[in-house]
Amino acid sequence: MRYIARVKVSLKPGHSDPEGETTREALLELNYPVDSVRVGKLYEILLEASSIDDAQMKVEEICKRLLANPVKDDYKYEIKEASNE
Amino acid sequence: MRCEEIRVCIVRVGGTNCDAETKRSFEDLGVKAFVYHFNEVLQGIDLLDYHILVLPGGFAYGDYVRAGVIFAKNFMARIGKKIMRFVDEGRPMLGICNGFQILVESGLLPGINGVSEHPEAALATNIPIGYRCGWVYLRHENNGKCVFTRLIPKGRVLRIPISHAEGRFLLPTVRGEEILNKLLENDQIVLRYSNENGEYAEGRYPENPNGSFYDIAGICNPEGTVFGLMPHPERAYYGWQLPDWTRMGKPPKYGDGKLIFESVVQYVIRKF
Repeated sequence: MRYIARVKVSLKPGHSDPEGETTREALLELNYPVDSVRVGKLYEILLEASSIDDAQMKVEEICKRLLANPVKDDYKYEIKEASNE
Repeated sequence: MRCEEIRVCIVRVGGTNCDAETKRSFEDLGVKAFVYHFNEVLQGIDLLDYHILVLPGGFAYGDYVRAGVIFAKNFMARIGKKIMRFVDEGRPMLGICNGFQILVESGLLPGINGVSEHPEAALATNIPIGYRCGWVYLRHENNGKCVFTRLIPKGRVLRIPISHAEGRFLLPTVRGEEILNKLLENDQIVLRYSNENGEYAEGRYPENPNGSFYDIAGICNPEGTVFGLMPHPERAYYGWQLPDWTRMGKPPKYGDGKLIFESVVQYVIRKF
């Protein structure tokens, strides 16, 4: 089975986000009443797995091993069966 | 071991820079230095034929995902056992700039309890944000553990340039102080950002150019043989690389970066 995982990696709460802060300042310059901006990365991963549980196990491992540094990053994901295109 | 018998292995991938400068710095000291693409290492270069292993600066694999992480995970997966043996035998390993990021992402640094499965520190986006290239002052903090700085007296101020966008050294928020104390206890702190007089930057920009915790610019493992630093010593090897050498009248022959290369060569001569 093919599954699609949408993984979002963002900085842990409380960690400085200079990219988000710079974006917030830019939005204020453009007259948007923005209180805060946090920047993250979105990965869309198409993968083969035997079941949704297997897919989840693989994605969890991918996040821990490569996509997130536990010192500063949080991650969350959703996994769905990939539709046949 | 005689100086001319020492062999240095410098590993590059797409996006590596300053490998040529690193090679030239080592060669100036009379040792043999070789630059290999990582694919050549995988295809049969035996790391144990070399005495010093260097991961130079740059932007390995485009710094995608996070600076250094793709190369870090790749080499630990492919040649991790060989690297571990290299390090366990007390052979020194140096990570400059991107190389430091790679050592941290691979768990080789800080390595308080040996190589960690997941990183125990991070080199995060600079604060203030942006790529920064310029000369900084570094105070040598080590009490003699780090084999890359043994020729440098404690407290001595070095002038070496940085060139990075992700150099903000971070420890986990929850156990940060505890880990810092451990690093101090183990003599793992090697370089801290300071001003010209050796007064710590205390987080202030521009002396601390990236917002690093505790002004940390370079650390070593508990054995002192694996060393990572954000500044580029190979860009401060010769006197004519200094930004103000034309104003000095007669330029010095060498810059402060030489001491780092010289220290590790001296260590290898004595050790092997």
